[in-house]
Amino acid sequence: MGFEKFLFYVFAFITLWSSGMVVTRRNPVHAVLFLVLAFVTSAALWILLEAEFLGIVLVLVYVGAVMVLFLFVVMMLDVDMAILRANFTHYLPLGTFITVVMATEIFIVVGSENFGLVAFPAPEAVSMAVDNTRELGLSLYTIYIYPVEIASVILLVAIVAAIRLTLRQRPENKYVSPSNQVHVKRFDRVRLVKMASENSNFETPAKDTRLDDGVTK
Amino acid sequence: MIELWNALPLVIQILLKIVIIVLPLLGLVAYYTYAERKVIGYIQVRIGPNRVGWRGWLQPIADAVKLMMKEIIIPTKSDKKLFLMAPMIAIAPALAAWAVFPFSEDFVLADINAGLLYVLAMTSLGVYGIIIAGWSSNSKYALLGAMRSAAQIVAYEIAMGFALVGVLIAAGSLNLGDIVTAQAGSVLTWFWLPLLPLFGVYLISGVAETNRAPFDVAEGESEIVAGFHVEYSGMAFAIFFLAEYANMILVSALTALMFTGGWLSPLPQDWVDGIPILDDGFHWLLIKTFFFMFLFLWFRATFPRYRYDQIMRLGWKVFIPITIVWILVVAIAVIYRLPPWWSA
Repeated sequence: MGFEKFLFYVFAFITLWSSGMVVTRRNPVHAVLFLVLAFVTSAALWILLEAEFLGIVLVLVYVGAVMVLFLFVVMMLDVDMAILRANFTHYLPLGTFITVVMATEIFIVVGSENFGLVAFPAPEAVSMAVDNTRELGLSLYTIYIYPVEIASVILLVAIVAAIRLTLRQRPENKYVSPSNQVHVKRFDRVRLVKMASENSNFETPAKDTRLDDGVTK
Repeated sequence: MIELWNALPLVIQILLKIVIIVLPLLGLVAYYTYAERKVIGYIQVRIGPNRVGWRGWLQPIADAVKLMMKEIIIPTKSDKKLFLMAPMIAIAPALAAWAVFPFSEDFVLADINAGLLYVLAMTSLGVYGIIIAGWSSNSKYALLGAMRSAAQIVAYEIAMGFALVGVLIAAGSLNLGDIVTAQAGSVLTWFWLPLLPLFGVYLISGVAETNRAPFDVAEGESEIVAGFHVEYSGMAFAIFFLAEYANMILVSALTALMFTGGWLSPLPQDWVDGIPILDDGFHWLLIKTFFFMFLFLWFRATFPRYRYDQIMRLGWKVFIPITIVWILVVAIAVIYRLPPWWSA
């Protein structure tokens, strides 16, 4: 057993184990953290396949950004464990049935006759001089340029739509635009008014003779 | 199994290299805390620590001993496993990112093609330590700190990533060593000049990513006591501290590498060729890194803390548009081979 194979089995075991934990943990935060672990170890498996760009992007995008926001939401949820645990036996037959159907379907599609070594022989090893990040970029931005552009436009539309749907002007919000704050002048805030004295009998006060403690002499 | 044993010398060799990188790094972290107290002390017309050892030089060691002696208090209703794992999750990416860091032309642990991306991926993992610490403490202040920190780090990561996209367009490579050699020439051919807006965005985002003043709302000791690590004590607290300082050193070193030419000498190559001190070398990287590390301390002593909504505004509405525009500018400049940076 080579060192690489050993590493493969270690990471594959952790991936399977943590994926199992994702669905069996009661605490949703723990489940999300196990999902993160599954992502990280899958990235390690991809790096073993010399797909280091994909592996690192998986960590960067899914672990570094998507799952952080996911964790953020899950932590804020007030999940009632008692409701989640109730009626477990009630749903068990239906759940088992759906699981069996899905597992069979996956097995039929991804079985060894379709994806075995006969259908997909192991690719020849390329020399270490080939920069596969560069190769990936070249084929993405030449051969597959239209799919890439279309996918990015769809994502942009989705972003704009999501922001538009959730944006609401809240009347209780006291937000002040920082540029308005910066550009404010003295004259916008205070007005100095000069006016004549209203009371013509008013005597100008004598020279202030109070001491510091406020007592008049 | 025999092949597994054959891999052992290689593993030991790699482990030794890791030790060679990590041990000086941890020493630097220890003395960075001392430098911070001294520098801020002098900026505020104080003396700073001067009791332990000659002029306080043993202060970090005294601090470390004190923290190791202290009890690690675990809150009653906390999630104990996660509570103890959080500091480790915080420091691991801060150290792991150094794996692809080229210290000079020939000393780098892993010379991988996607080095820049790897660094970005590792720095994006650091937020987990903070979030897990905040959640597992089962404390409202800690949770609030974790939430603030997560939102802030995710926001500034995008600006930081875009700034790095500019660097990779300019260098035409994701390999950190190649990025440095692409800047060869003199101080004027380093990327800080053509990428000036990105340089500024990267440096400021770096301060925000490491939760340092003036972006330290995650700690916010005047509002939420100490934020995510309010429940931590002793060595567990110290590890968060180490992680923060290790991240600051990492950001400084990366800025030195990507914008100010890493180990390259600021003078043109044909002036200094063969002259020991002035020629390219590790010491230039060290000088540049120390300069950016000093900036972190200077910022902390100078600027008051940002208001939270203004942090978000700066990240999303100012930095991201700047970086998007400047990526276009750089791309056009590269295509039309703007001299002196892309004249070849």
